[in-house]
Amino acid sequence: MDMINMKINGMDIQVPANYTILQAAEQAGIRIPTLCYLKDVNAIGACRLCVVECKGARSNPVACLQQVAEGMEVQTNTPAIRDSRKKTLELILSNHRMDCLGCVRSTNCELQTLSQEYECDPHKYQFGEELKPDIDDSAIHLIRDNSKCILCRRCVAVCKHNQHVSVIGPNQRGFKTHISSAFEVGLAETSCIHCGQCIAVCPTGALQERDDTQKVWEALADPTKHVVVGPAPSVRVQLGEEFGMPIGTNVEGKMIAALKRLGFDRVFDVDNAADVTIMEEGTEFIDRVKNGGKLPLITSCSPGWIKFCETYYPDFIENLSSCRSPQGMFGALVKTYYAEKAGIDPKDIVVVSIMPCTAKKFEASRDELTTNGMRTIDVSLTTRELAKMIRKAGIKFTELPDEVCDPFLGMASGAGHIFGATGGVMEAALRTVYEILEGKPLESLDIHAVRGTDAIKEATVHVAGMDVNVAVTSGLENASKLLDMVRSGEKNYHFIEVMACPGGCVNGGGQPHQPGYVRNFTDLRADRAAGLYGEDAAMSLRKSHENPEVQQLYKEFLEKPGSHKAHELLHTHYVKRDLYKK
Amino acid sequence: MIRSHVLICGGTGCTSGGSQAIGEKLQREIDRLGLTDEIKIVRTGCFGLCANGPVMIVYPEGTFYSHVKVEDVTDIAEEHLLKGRVVERLVYKEAEGLKLEDVPALGETNFYKTQLRVALRNCGVIDPENIEEYIAMDGYQALGKVLTEMTPQEVIDVMKKSGLRGRGGAGFPTGTKWQFAAANTADQKYVVCNADEGDPGAFMDRSVLEGDPHAVLEAMAIAGYAIGASKGYIYVRAEYPIAVHRLEVAIGQAREYGLLGEDIFGTGFNFDIDVRLGAGAFVCGEETALLTSIEGNRGEPRNKPPFPANKGLFAKPTIINNVETLANIPQIILKGADWFASMGTEDSRGTKVFALGGAINNTGLVEIPLGTTLRHIIYDIGGGIPNGRKFKAVQTGGPSGGCIPASLLDTPIDYGNLTRIGAMMGSGGMIVTDDSTCMVDFARFFLDFTVDESCGKCTPCRIGTRRLLELLNKITEGNGTLEDLDKLEELCKYIKANSLCALGQTAPNPVLSTLKYFRDEYEAHVVEKRCPAGVCKNLMRYYIQPDVCRGCTACARKCPVGAISGKVKEPHVIDTTKCIKCGACIETCKFNAIVKK
Repeated sequence: MDMINMKINGMDIQVPANYTILQAAEQAGIRIPTLCYLKDVNAIGACRLCVVECKGARSNPVACLQQVAEGMEVQTNTPAIRDSRKKTLELILSNHRMDCLGCVRSTNCELQTLSQEYECDPHKYQFGEELKPDIDDSAIHLIRDNSKCILCRRCVAVCKHNQHVSVIGPNQRGFKTHISSAFEVGLAETSCIHCGQCIAVCPTGALQERDDTQKVWEALADPTKHVVVGPAPSVRVQLGEEFGMPIGTNVEGKMIAALKRLGFDRVFDVDNAADVTIMEEGTEFIDRVKNGGKLPLITSCSPGWIKFCETYYPDFIENLSSCRSPQGMFGALVKTYYAEKAGIDPKDIVVVSIMPCTAKKFEASRDELTTNGMRTIDVSLTTRELAKMIRKAGIKFTELPDEVCDPFLGMASGAGHIFGATGGVMEAALRTVYEILEGKPLESLDIHAVRGTDAIKEATVHVAGMDVNVAVTSGLENASKLLDMVRSGEKNYHFIEVMACPGGCVNGGGQPHQPGYVRNFTDLRADRAAGLYGEDAAMSLRKSHENPEVQQLYKEFLEKPGSHKAHELLHTHYVKRDLYKK
Repeated sequence: MIRSHVLICGGTGCTSGGSQAIGEKLQREIDRLGLTDEIKIVRTGCFGLCANGPVMIVYPEGTFYSHVKVEDVTDIAEEHLLKGRVVERLVYKEAEGLKLEDVPALGETNFYKTQLRVALRNCGVIDPENIEEYIAMDGYQALGKVLTEMTPQEVIDVMKKSGLRGRGGAGFPTGTKWQFAAANTADQKYVVCNADEGDPGAFMDRSVLEGDPHAVLEAMAIAGYAIGASKGYIYVRAEYPIAVHRLEVAIGQAREYGLLGEDIFGTGFNFDIDVRLGAGAFVCGEETALLTSIEGNRGEPRNKPPFPANKGLFAKPTIINNVETLANIPQIILKGADWFASMGTEDSRGTKVFALGGAINNTGLVEIPLGTTLRHIIYDIGGGIPNGRKFKAVQTGGPSGGCIPASLLDTPIDYGNLTRIGAMMGSGGMIVTDDSTCMVDFARFFLDFTVDESCGKCTPCRIGTRRLLELLNKITEGNGTLEDLDKLEELCKYIKANSLCALGQTAPNPVLSTLKYFRDEYEAHVVEKRCPAGVCKNLMRYYIQPDVCRGCTACARKCPVGAISGKVKEPHVIDTTKCIKCGACIETCKFNAIVKK
């Protein structure tokens, strides 16, 4: 790597030649404030908050885009620069609905934090027009309140570039510019895939998930209801962030304790359903390979990916695994297997899932995922919503003891845990498939080729006398590239894992917000995934088919993976969707 | 045998005045009179004297007719073309009452005699839809010369030596820009012509495109050769239908003649041009927004660096030159860098086209050597201020430019001087105001335009300019304070320093320059709550002069809101809290007793 010498605030530093001023300053221990910039997502220099003085430059460059150069002299902290930033913030505030006290992002809002740091007068420029946009609450998973939008366009960028969906963009111009869909239709009218990445990158309260916590509070307060909850794999390594704990901290025990204290009648684990998913999907894969079924088989755990496939790549619908997602299996099993075992009328059971994901709200509403005419998931909450409930209930989360899930559907293998990271489903499946076909375990259970945050990961596993080619991808931009290569015949795979969100569920649209100044200098996806892999490595139970509860489930209820009953309860079908509502 | 040519202006101004119908009728009259084989009508581009349009000139005698109407055509045909008698009532005369024999030749009029036409040299002279007329005026010779006699570097060296600077606004040296693009290696490079002329009141580029489209095509091919590009785009606003049509005709003809396309002049050099229409966003005149628009995206600027010469259209090295810049280039190649550099000033070589508008007699298009003073343009070429009013200021550079007061009229116009006095060259719009203009309102007008045209991408421009406009509205409505003036000034400086593109960086210029030169007017608005020019409605008061009023009661009876009271035969008074300033009382008063203050 070529290095250059430069000065920041008079300090001599040496940094890689391809660094931006923002990166160079970070290395020098100086944080330059940003709003629109977000690493890997958005670099457009629109907010003008990161302006710096650069000796010899005609105007103030923006640190997020300006590359460093040999001999460059940068000042990040002059009175004029501080004043510029303050004015930028004050101008934004002059067209921002400042109901900070009740705002979902209060204390976790990048605009609020910076306004405090720069001692802004929020009313300085509030003498003129303030737009009063309508709230778009048409979609099932999110609410857009443009009165809090600062037009950083992170949401537009993540939707267009990282997710290849592009259902939002700037409309109108000048002061009237706002983010919405083409022809001002509500988001529900578009081919949005509900991934919620727009919410995850939003620095303010302009975007938030549809809050379903009230439904849960009501169910918990209703003595006639038996309320069952199950958290998804990735939630346990994220929830701690909501309570100030380091990124990647595994808080499984405290999470379970908190759910119990919230008053859920049963606390199960969706990781258990993830193990069941492996049994079903592994069996399906073996069946397709042996009996000339449609290949490559593509995973179906990620509802954002499913809707993307149904809408943008419908020619791959037959490749999708018919398995319901772990959430779907969890709901179905609670309302049949558990209900039967516990002797409770499933109509009295309320199933709540805690998900890293906003598309799970959409998935829960799909008619294809009902069982005996019932919704299998009654309420799907995000990690953020759960944290909100824990805070509201006055539970001192960080001081909670570690507790364990209730039996029947509460035990999980390490394979189930790693579902939360990109490559996890593939790794879990290979552990089981290999052992079923070869009659012996994989030499090493850690399949590093499918781990990590590379756009497309590939591996070849020699099993049952054949080379099985697998690929793993996450983020729909990457998925599109991969599918295009499969479609053109450039690539040939037997098994593909796709997760809608870049990095998989650990970076899901329902996960805790981390501000730009954290995201820009760390790899959230890797740090969070490390928590899951650490948990897996520490376990002795690391293979789905060895999970005793899963074994019991098949023995007592489903007979065997891929049985008629399993198909009825745990499998589904998909529908081709139009890009535009007709 | 053609004995006479009639050149009729086919520019947008004269066309909207009916020159198309005039030309058609004239042709019918010529046919009717049996002169079809003797007289030829040529539809040209703009002559420049737009205020006097529709205009035509009859050669060989050089009679210049102005304000021609369709009903005048028969007279021109029967009297002038058939009988050889000039139709005196239509002859353009700079001074009232000038005798016919004293009317100077067109080139000797005050309007034309000090102009120097380089970019406009063929405008009003040739038929822009006939490539052979362009070729007859040495057209495509420069392209031939560079392709057969010069290396690309030699072409760039000539451009550098000529001192030509971009005519689109920023004034960047053209040769240097070409050098940057030439230095990059890429599988594809582009030459883009910026014809998205958007300044209110500016029509230099339109006139060049309408009057001499081949000059632009030829220059683009030369540029393509110099930097190693085989593809060009002309980004022209859709609101210029005549220019678009002529460009398309010209591109078709050039391809037909082998002057665009593959293997031009048998030299192996390929270059072709496509036209892209802009949808009417002012910001698309900003080069990076223009490129983004050509790429098919919402026209918004992007950060520089990277500069287009390194990473431009479709991320390939690209040069973007303005229409007028390009129109100079074939001449520079043919006549040499020294010839071009001999015109103008040290800082600014060559000539510049200006569109004169506002409170000036000769509204129109002029081309003068740089270094000419504003006074000469306004008073000698422009014919001064109409209706006997007093000059107050001139706004150069459109809404991004600045306002220049009378005290600076002797400033020689060049890039450096205009920037030094707080204005800018811009693309060449020049709007003159007289003493009936309120300078606060004038700044507000331009800002209203930029606020409307801001793309909304960056914070300073999107919200900052809007707040500036609101402050100006507050002041013109009589609610401003001295503190607002400080707020105005600091906000202006902030927006200039922090905006993403030149639109925002220059938007405050009209405010800053009027604050600098006409601060007394701002202070009158905020301190005395008075608009010295009597323009700002909220600050006007209607007042009955008691010594003039006869007490006839006519105004009191006419007032729609009952704001006037008084006894018969005694002076009346206006209750200003009720008055809606409709002006009905002034119209009614027979004694001129009511005034606006």
